[in-house]
Amino acid sequence: MSRLPTGGLIDRAKPLNFTFDGNVYRGFDGDTLASALIANDVKLIGRSFKYHRPRGVMTAGSEEPNALVTLGVGARAEPNTRATTVSLFEGLEAVSQNRWPSLALDVLAINQLASPIFVAGFYYKTFMWPAKFWEKLYEPLIRRAAGLGRASMLPDPDHYDRNHAFCELLIIGGGPAGLIAALLAGRAGLRVIIADEDRLLGGRLLSERHEIDGRPAAEWARMAAAELASMPNVTVLTRTTVFGVYDGREYGAVERVADHLPRATAGQPRQRLWKIVAKRALLASGAIERPLVFGGNDRPGVMTASAVSTYLNRFGVVAGRRAAVFTTSDSGWATAEDLIAAGVEVAAVVDSRTSRHAAAGRVQVAGAEVFLGAAIDDVRGRTARSVDVRMANGQSRRIAADLVAMAGGWNPSIGIGSNLGSRPVWSDTIHSFVLDSAPAGMTAIGAAAGRLSLSEALSSGATAAANVVADFGRSASPTAAPQCSDDPAAVTPLWHVATRKTKAFVDFQHDVTDDDITLAAREGFVSIEHLKRYTTLGMATDQGKTSQLNGHALLAEATGKTIAEAGTILSRPPYLPVAIGVFAGHHREAHFRPVRRTASHDWAVTQGASFVDAGQWKRAQWFARPGEQSWLETVNREVTTTRNGVGICDVSTLGKIDVHGADAAVLLDRLYVNMFSTLPIGKARYGLMLREDGLVMDDGTTTRFEEHRFFVTTTTANAGKIMQHIDYARQVLWPDLDVQATSVTEQWATYAVAGPLSRTLLQKMLPDLDLSNEGFPFMAVAEFRWNGMPARIFRLSFSGELAFEVSVPANLGDAFIRAAFDVGHDFDLVPYGTEALGVMRIEKGHPAGNELNGQTTAGDLGMARMLSKKKDFIGRVMAQRAGLVAADRPSLIGIKPIDRDARLRAGGHLLACDAASVAANDEGYVTSVAFSPTLGHSIGLALLKRGAARHGERIRVHDPVRGADIDIEVCDPVFVDPEGVRVRG
Amino acid sequence: MAHFSLLALAKNALSGHRDWGPTWRNAAPRKAYDIIIIGGGGHGLATAYYLAKVHGITNVAVVEKGWIGGGNAGRNTTIIRSNYGLEGNTSFYEWSMKLWEGLEQDLNYNTMVSQRGVLNLYHSDAQRDAFARRGNAMRLSGVDAELLDVAGVRELAPFLNFDHARFPVMGGLLQARGGTARHDAVVWGYARGASDRGVDVIQNCEVTGMLRGPDGSISGVETTRGTIQAKKVGMSVAGSSSRVAEMAGLQLPIESHVLQAFVTEALKPLIPGVITFGAGHFYISQSDKGGLVFGGDIDGYNSYASRGNLPVVEDVCEGGMAIMPLIGRVRLLRSWGGICDMTMDGSPIIDRTPISGFYLNAGWCYGGFKATPAAGWCFAHLLATDRPHETAKAYRLDRFATGHLIDEKGQGAQPNLH
Amino acid sequence: MRIPCPYCGERDVQEFVYRGDASPVRPLGEDGFYEYVYLRRNSAGVMREHWYHAQGCRNWIEVQRNTQTHEILGSVFARRVAL
Repeated sequence: MSRLPTGGLIDRAKPLNFTFDGNVYRGFDGDTLASALIANDVKLIGRSFKYHRPRGVMTAGSEEPNALVTLGVGARAEPNTRATTVSLFEGLEAVSQNRWPSLALDVLAINQLASPIFVAGFYYKTFMWPAKFWEKLYEPLIRRAAGLGRASMLPDPDHYDRNHAFCELLIIGGGPAGLIAALLAGRAGLRVIIADEDRLLGGRLLSERHEIDGRPAAEWARMAAAELASMPNVTVLTRTTVFGVYDGREYGAVERVADHLPRATAGQPRQRLWKIVAKRALLASGAIERPLVFGGNDRPGVMTASAVSTYLNRFGVVAGRRAAVFTTSDSGWATAEDLIAAGVEVAAVVDSRTSRHAAAGRVQVAGAEVFLGAAIDDVRGRTARSVDVRMANGQSRRIAADLVAMAGGWNPSIGIGSNLGSRPVWSDTIHSFVLDSAPAGMTAIGAAAGRLSLSEALSSGATAAANVVADFGRSASPTAAPQCSDDPAAVTPLWHVATRKTKAFVDFQHDVTDDDITLAAREGFVSIEHLKRYTTLGMATDQGKTSQLNGHALLAEATGKTIAEAGTILSRPPYLPVAIGVFAGHHREAHFRPVRRTASHDWAVTQGASFVDAGQWKRAQWFARPGEQSWLETVNREVTTTRNGVGICDVSTLGKIDVHGADAAVLLDRLYVNMFSTLPIGKARYGLMLREDGLVMDDGTTTRFEEHRFFVTTTTANAGKIMQHIDYARQVLWPDLDVQATSVTEQWATYAVAGPLSRTLLQKMLPDLDLSNEGFPFMAVAEFRWNGMPARIFRLSFSGELAFEVSVPANLGDAFIRAAFDVGHDFDLVPYGTEALGVMRIEKGHPAGNELNGQTTAGDLGMARMLSKKKDFIGRVMAQRAGLVAADRPSLIGIKPIDRDARLRAGGHLLACDAASVAANDEGYVTSVAFSPTLGHSIGLALLKRGAARHGERIRVHDPVRGADIDIEVCDPVFVDPEGVRVRG
Repeated sequence: MAHFSLLALAKNALSGHRDWGPTWRNAAPRKAYDIIIIGGGGHGLATAYYLAKVHGITNVAVVEKGWIGGGNAGRNTTIIRSNYGLEGNTSFYEWSMKLWEGLEQDLNYNTMVSQRGVLNLYHSDAQRDAFARRGNAMRLSGVDAELLDVAGVRELAPFLNFDHARFPVMGGLLQARGGTARHDAVVWGYARGASDRGVDVIQNCEVTGMLRGPDGSISGVETTRGTIQAKKVGMSVAGSSSRVAEMAGLQLPIESHVLQAFVTEALKPLIPGVITFGAGHFYISQSDKGGLVFGGDIDGYNSYASRGNLPVVEDVCEGGMAIMPLIGRVRLLRSWGGICDMTMDGSPIIDRTPISGFYLNAGWCYGGFKATPAAGWCFAHLLATDRPHETAKAYRLDRFATGHLIDEKGQGAQPNLH
Repeated sequence: MRIPCPYCGERDVQEFVYRGDASPVRPLGEDGFYEYVYLRRNSAGVMREHWYHAQGCRNWIEVQRNTQTHEILGSVFARRVAL
């Protein structure tokens, strides 16, 4: 066991059982999976991407490149999860990945033997011969070898939540700088949100042996967190990663609500997306320690020094028996002292710098050898067994060590700060990039601002908070800055150890070595963008947090530039990978989009309706009766009954817009190609609308109830778009017009009552109205009251039959249709759905969505005569362009199969019977088809070049994606009652 | 230039790969060229390559303001397909597909053209009919297309959400020859091929103005690295087309819009090809490295910022979780934004301009990557011969004035709806 | 992105529909329609744009926005500008 007998922020009274690769282990509450694995002496945790090298834990944070596992089983399996950030819980199950057949014996580790060939970009130079082999052989092999974890292939069973929040100050990170800032701002009364990815606030204070105000730092952090939790104006979000900043000072964050629990409680989301609009933000995200680039630096047992300290101090575990520390900075010495304090043998401290650190004497007293001006060349052993130290005199010494702590200096975590394009600048003080200018409203503090020592972090947090408080016109309560022990953090960078003999890794997960960087530069990939793309540096799941800067430094060296000249990459969201489910929230699967139901939806359900999606609406498609064998039989019955008796159809989904005002008629004249100012009161008229580019936009009927009161209907699909269009016309194009418009789509339930018996039925239902042909002719409209509420009746017909549309307030829709059927029993009234509606409109040759597809002109649809010459209207001028009035444009026709038993299909193309099936002979296509029970055969509408002049011609429908060609006859698009006798009957 | 092969790799391995040279010459600008191409993306470099290879014109410079392939060539989702439905598009994109199919051998560079199929899902009768119309148009143009029913889709992609869908899958239009290619490799391969044939690839050279001859024609460019003269200047700068054309005094029917795209952490293979959701904005494929590459709609507002906002991220992921809820626990790793040249009918422009000596390759909306080989081929043809290539003759600049639009979606002059 | 609606206050961009360049003016006669419909400004910098508060007050507004930084400089009712 590598667990120390005492110490750490774990609860030794709460042991937890977990499994890794099927083996049962025990950890404690407060452990991460990584600390618990270390405690159980598990060194080998995963395999690298390309060479399948054995890998262990390298860090103690979210920057971990190596220790990736698949967490959970079945549908809850979560691949590529960092063991270093997983809170241990009872029953946790984790398995290693990217290995076969087992973690210890991985066949693809053979890739290491081929590594002299598998250098950066090798695949661009080969696998080209023979050409056919790429998809068949090479690529499948590459794909199988690549990838890390495996997706479950099952729908994610958990659910995700979204929360919108607004605050005055968002603090990103709860380390010393963030904590002090939150305390000051919270005490001053600002609305504060503080978010930290860890389960506890405190950051480095939990991992290092510092004192603040005379207390252990972890204790100070605990008290600070408690005070923040007690403030009603402060929201503390732990286990929450702020992953990006967007325009308008909007921050995205993900809260891991239930990941640390064996099972989410009922109703609890797994994770929650926070969208936080913050007037100000403090970026207190700390810094990440750089690994050093030397031979075998990826071997299990090699860790960053800060990780070694974190495991010791926070978790009470140590990943080896005998340690060597390789440092280029002061912080490595702190780790050496941490080890000694914990009773771990330190074999050597190797400092690449020549000056003697203050701690050198103390570590020597404890038995460690100190090497100055030295470096570790190579780590020996599959997991670390010894290190080869290159001493200042050039000689080499092999020293036994199974734990190697590397301290390469610190990189501020400024990722979010450059999301909006702020370019990081090089700092010669800390030898890393810092933010020069942060996005509006954001300030970096603490280590994220390059203030690496604890006292600097605290003072920068306090100062920034005081400034924010002052900016909001509040006064900060006078608080003495906390006193703390301090830690110098000077660094003299060593970007790689040139004398190493074995592979030295820069990007650990993707197996990018220092040699790969040099090779890329040699081949001309000398920009950091090219380097990234060619070598895949920084593109692994750790997003380059530990590799980017080392890689850029090596590129700078290879190209003779400074690192500042080589530059760095702008970070884009997300700062940490975020589960896709979080972004989708509840809008998934059946709940992807809302369902809109009409007022009589429930009634339709009772009538056995099948529903079809029309945008978000559910519309009854047909109403099958017991014994009917197919939907076609049902639809045929609905059509036939309607055409011979009476049917009723819910048409409430059509868009409805009230247009009122002294200039309402003027506006409508400009919106439609035809005249509405001449429409008599009490009448409706069909209207056609163009886009300004001259193509057809929408159609519908418009009613004039009073001189200045119109009622417009639109197609179901375009209801929103036309409302927007009308608002644009009246607000932007002609704001001088006195006209108001509002959508009333959802205010009215509307029913089409169609068929020769429709008048008789309605007359019986509405005895006070005169519905006779004389009293209420075709296109007449009337307002009346039904059940004491306003109602409307229109003599309109889409079916071509004698027909009416009745509108009642939406809350009476259900009552109305029930009332209609109470009366309708005597008339054999049938409900009909959208399918029968469609059949009847095709029989009548009315264009609908398939013809109003945004590619057709009024002329194409046979409605050129509607274009008024007496007024201006939207689209008038552009509709006259040569390409839109060309003689050979396709125009609307009807089609009938020559073989009347043949079944037409929409989407088939039209060609001359004897023409070759090539694009040059393409003359149009079928837009809509139906089986006409009235005619007893399949019919269709189509757009055919010069179609209007070709009635009677015999051509063919070519439909190779579905079947054989069908010979057809071109005819007039109106199949039933072309004279329009019935509608006027 | 060294020939690339497994043998060459093995040989170089013996010498520690110390003998490889630059993939392309990093040229400095000379005083004058026959042709200057502004923009070192895939299109510009392909144009130079075909000018040299097909037309024998090698006194050519490609000037790039940053590093080659840093714009949309490096910011797309690598999809190749030729599943267009309108005359004017079908033959062009099919020509592009044909060029993709031989690209690796032609360039001696593995661009990883992978024809694993592109499947567009349909969710309604009307959408099926529209796909049938498109599929039939493809077949008439000699393009492969299959209309699948729901059983056919299940067979190809059993992991989709068939049973708990808001908009159930009814089938799909499959182009089996569609797929993906490695976008960066396309750029580098064309750069290598062009450079090898004598073309100057000039990086970090931003065009700041146009040179005018006495007759008003364009006679070269001003750049941050000095004046360069040329008999002809062509631009292939998708995303910045309006800005560069403005230097020549030309206003284009184009708006710049940001399109975001996303990639997840690497996973073992799970998606066969490219899948497009038909009832929302979501499409997805899987890279050879294992990351799921996905995207959706443009953000919808004019932008030159190369980054978008959260609403579209949410919208795209909602689409993903609607059709493929197995990705709920898969983590989105990186996002990026490309600036698209959105035209007023959703189709591109490869044409001469009213300004003599100035040529246009622009307006690729969000579909420029798949067009790279043919756009290069056809633009080279136009620059070399002053005549449009047969497959690109519909891509005229004046079609908006004449009404000969190529509007696949039927959305009209509202670029953010295409 | 947050859009300041002169009627409703600052709201999430999701509530709005974008139309684009607000500068073209619909011609009165027969000429200028090609330019009006097809040649819109596409500036890299500050633009005046039409946005529609579809999920709010249904006002068309004119927003000044920088297309390079997405910074928003202000907004007014489009009706005011047009009048």
